[in-house]
Amino acid sequence: MVFKLNNHLLSRIASSNGHGEDSPYFEGWKAYDSNPHHPMENPNGIIQMGLAENQLSFDLIQDWLKNNPKASICTPEGVNEFREIAIFQDYHGLPEFRNAVAKFMAKVRGNKVTFDPDRVVMNGGATGAHETIAFCLADPGEAFLVPTPYYPGFDRDLRWRTGVKLIPVDSESSNNFKVTREALENAYEMAKLDNIKVKGLLITNPSNPLGTMLDRETLRSIVRFINEKNIHLVCDEIYAATVFRQPEFISIAEIVQEDIECNLNLVHIVYSLSKDMGFPGLRVGIIYSYNDAVVSCARKMSSFGLVSSQTQYMIASMLSDDEFVGKFIRESKTRMAARHRVFTDGLAQASIKCLETSNAGLFLWMDLRGLLKENTFEAEMALWRVIIHEVKLNVSPGCSFHCTEPGWFRVCIANMDDQTMEVALSRIRTFVNKDHVDTKKPKRTLRWQGSLKLSSPRIYDDFINSPHSPLPQSPLVLARN
Amino acid sequence: MAIEIEQPTVELSKVAVSETHGEDSPYFAGWKAHDEDPYDESSNSSGVIQMGLAENQVSFDMLEEYLEQNSEASSWAEGAPGFRENALFQDYHGLKSFRQAMASFMEKIRGGRAKFDPDRIVLTAGATAANELLTFILADPGDALLVPTPYYPGFDRDLRWRTGVKIVPIHCDSSNNFQVTLEAMEAAYMHAVAMNIKVRGVLITNPSNPLGATIQRSVLEEILDFAKRKNIHVVSDEIYSGSTFSSSEFVSIAEILEARGYKDSERVHIVYSLSKDLGLPGFRVGTIYSYNDKVVTTARRMSSFSLISSQTQHVLASMLSDKKFTEKYIKTNRERLRKRYEMIIQGLKTAGIECLKGNAGLFCWMNLSPLLETPTREGELALWNSILHEVKINISPGSSCHCSEPGWFRVCFANMSETTLDVALKRIHSFMDQRKTDAIQSPPQQ
Repeated sequence: MVFKLNNHLLSRIASSNGHGEDSPYFEGWKAYDSNPHHPMENPNGIIQMGLAENQLSFDLIQDWLKNNPKASICTPEGVNEFREIAIFQDYHGLPEFRNAVAKFMAKVRGNKVTFDPDRVVMNGGATGAHETIAFCLADPGEAFLVPTPYYPGFDRDLRWRTGVKLIPVDSESSNNFKVTREALENAYEMAKLDNIKVKGLLITNPSNPLGTMLDRETLRSIVRFINEKNIHLVCDEIYAATVFRQPEFISIAEIVQEDIECNLNLVHIVYSLSKDMGFPGLRVGIIYSYNDAVVSCARKMSSFGLVSSQTQYMIASMLSDDEFVGKFIRESKTRMAARHRVFTDGLAQASIKCLETSNAGLFLWMDLRGLLKENTFEAEMALWRVIIHEVKLNVSPGCSFHCTEPGWFRVCIANMDDQTMEVALSRIRTFVNKDHVDTKKPKRTLRWQGSLKLSSPRIYDDFINSPHSPLPQSPLVLARN
Repeated sequence: MAIEIEQPTVELSKVAVSETHGEDSPYFAGWKAHDEDPYDESSNSSGVIQMGLAENQVSFDMLEEYLEQNSEASSWAEGAPGFRENALFQDYHGLKSFRQAMASFMEKIRGGRAKFDPDRIVLTAGATAANELLTFILADPGDALLVPTPYYPGFDRDLRWRTGVKIVPIHCDSSNNFQVTLEAMEAAYMHAVAMNIKVRGVLITNPSNPLGATIQRSVLEEILDFAKRKNIHVVSDEIYSGSTFSSSEFVSIAEILEARGYKDSERVHIVYSLSKDLGLPGFRVGTIYSYNDKVVTTARRMSSFSLISSQTQHVLASMLSDKKFTEKYIKTNRERLRKRYEMIIQGLKTAGIECLKGNAGLFCWMNLSPLLETPTREGELALWNSILHEVKINISPGSSCHCSEPGWFRVCFANMSETTLDVALKRIHSFMDQRKTDAIQSPPQQ
């Protein structure tokens, strides 16, 4: 059925491009979707390395499910619980779910902190959690500071329907993209000059796309900063369990326990099971706030994105199995470490360096500055197109993360099997050895007009967004169709 | 431990501190009373019976039976081969098999009188998310949707809270069984214009909550024509479509559009859910079906904030594509609801209480206006309070549904066993008898 599009006015939100999908970067996704790599059926296809999924430890989960059929209310073994769970739509969530999540969050942080189950609020994935937190903390036109480079989805999640602005806090490679007090102050002052009210600071720790963690001193400095300015601090810790090497992960929950002055009403954590456990389809997002009013408000708002009670029940079951959880966290880290090592070694053989401080995340932050024709974002885009169309890898260019220095790329390494990883590495080696640099002009000119001066943060109202695909499918799913 | 400093609290957003979440209304106060003293057949037989919750508990056995016999529906128990793919699946298009199953289920409910294209189905976590999402797409902050009264109290939050959109009521009254009239729509529209508010659409619920009745074909045609004249959208919330007591009595807006050859259909959007028809509110399964391509695309993108768990999509895709099962379920569910309805109507009648003639839903619309001390909202709330505390049943006062006539109450009958319903009816009977006795002993002062 085809319907003629009439001139029916939709809302400003609907007509805007705040969904973030109108960017040239879609080239990468489209290219992948039209020619996806499959070991048997399409070995020359494009390998998806732009999707931060954790596929390394499914076998452990599958084993657990096989041995615990009661965890699913839709099986003959679990169906006794079906009716009660199927009608449960209380936005407080199943108590056993909240308890299990609180316990899991503590375990992931090495039990150095505890979490109160009554502060655990569900949401439709971290995506829903971020939007909800923005709705709770800021009015339209107000802003959050966000250190660059940052996850491109924030542009949509925090801004699209909320009307909230994001102000980048720049970082540079010279100090491994650390978040500095100076940069925070700078961004805050610039906002003031533009008459924009800053309501909070959003940090991602461990960082996407850097794959690094914030050290204790930086975290303390951030806590001091937000308290001085009396603004909120939202800590996205969705990669907490992916820290696979020393130093150990330090959560903001740990910092506020220490001897430091802090108004706890300012501190909020966003969490999810999508990365740590590899369950993005289950939509388990969590807001954990130390602020009672925020807990209460977020909980009411969670009506718009509750976690399916069927899923809550299964997760509660799984995460209350202490032995399984311990084993999973340990084994997951080990496999991450191994994958990381193989990849960084493989890249090193091609003389490609990655951010050396990285010890977390499902990706590497690759330094390809040496391959740029010139130190510009046009050159970065040109190189990116070559990587997609000739090397046949979909990686994510740094400018989609608002990186201020051209030449950095995020490459995801945990969303494929060992065989595919080897193929990817060999393609990279071949490409680098050919010393192939694309001299073609990019097909479209960039809309983004930012200056490259690191000391003047810009407000990205109209910018190019990430290739966050409308079809974030794993290669395995795509291969089936 | 962090040293807490005394600070003026950083304000939260205006949305956060507003009361548009609506939880301070009597609709929810009754729930609290129930939660504090819930009826239980064996352990608390004098507790408050919950009749304010529109849940469908009459057909669980069929779902349980299906799951017991089709364990591959949730194939994880046996080696979990599908688990990995499923757990990774976060595509906002939704599982194709699930969308196909939903489309086919929606067609069956409408007796095959309308076709649904799976590619126009957008999945959301419940109708709650669907209604809010559509509002974000169809209206700007400050704009309005026209909604016939009485309406589901949750709309006040779902359509207005975070969107900043207003609701302008289309007043309906008992003189014509609360049907929507052209005059009422025009009046509401003019009222908005007078307040300088831009109307973006009409939102109807068909079958109606709280009336428990389907909207007649002629009224639907009138609503569509009105929307066309004003060039506004029509949202048809059809979440109770599978709960009509007989298949032939429900006319979906989809049928009318099909009969019109889909002319001018881009302004129409249907909301559906499995919370009522299948009794699965916990699973958070809602859908938007739009005849407008841009709305479908935008809604799909926005659904990122409230996707349906892939685990849930998987199990329901299986269940709803089983034609034998769905046919039996739809038919039997209707039958059972109809029986329940007859039971409560009869019971109320013998207690001297009249209800609106209903033909759908999980509730009936009861007329207690003769019992009001004063024909006002206060009178209604006073009566509601005494019913809550003396009769110990929680029902929903019409004012919480924005009914313009005091004295009407919504009473749910499908969220309990027949035995419990019997107890409730007996209590109501005694209450009414007591009232008659009181009236005889102390006649009203002339």
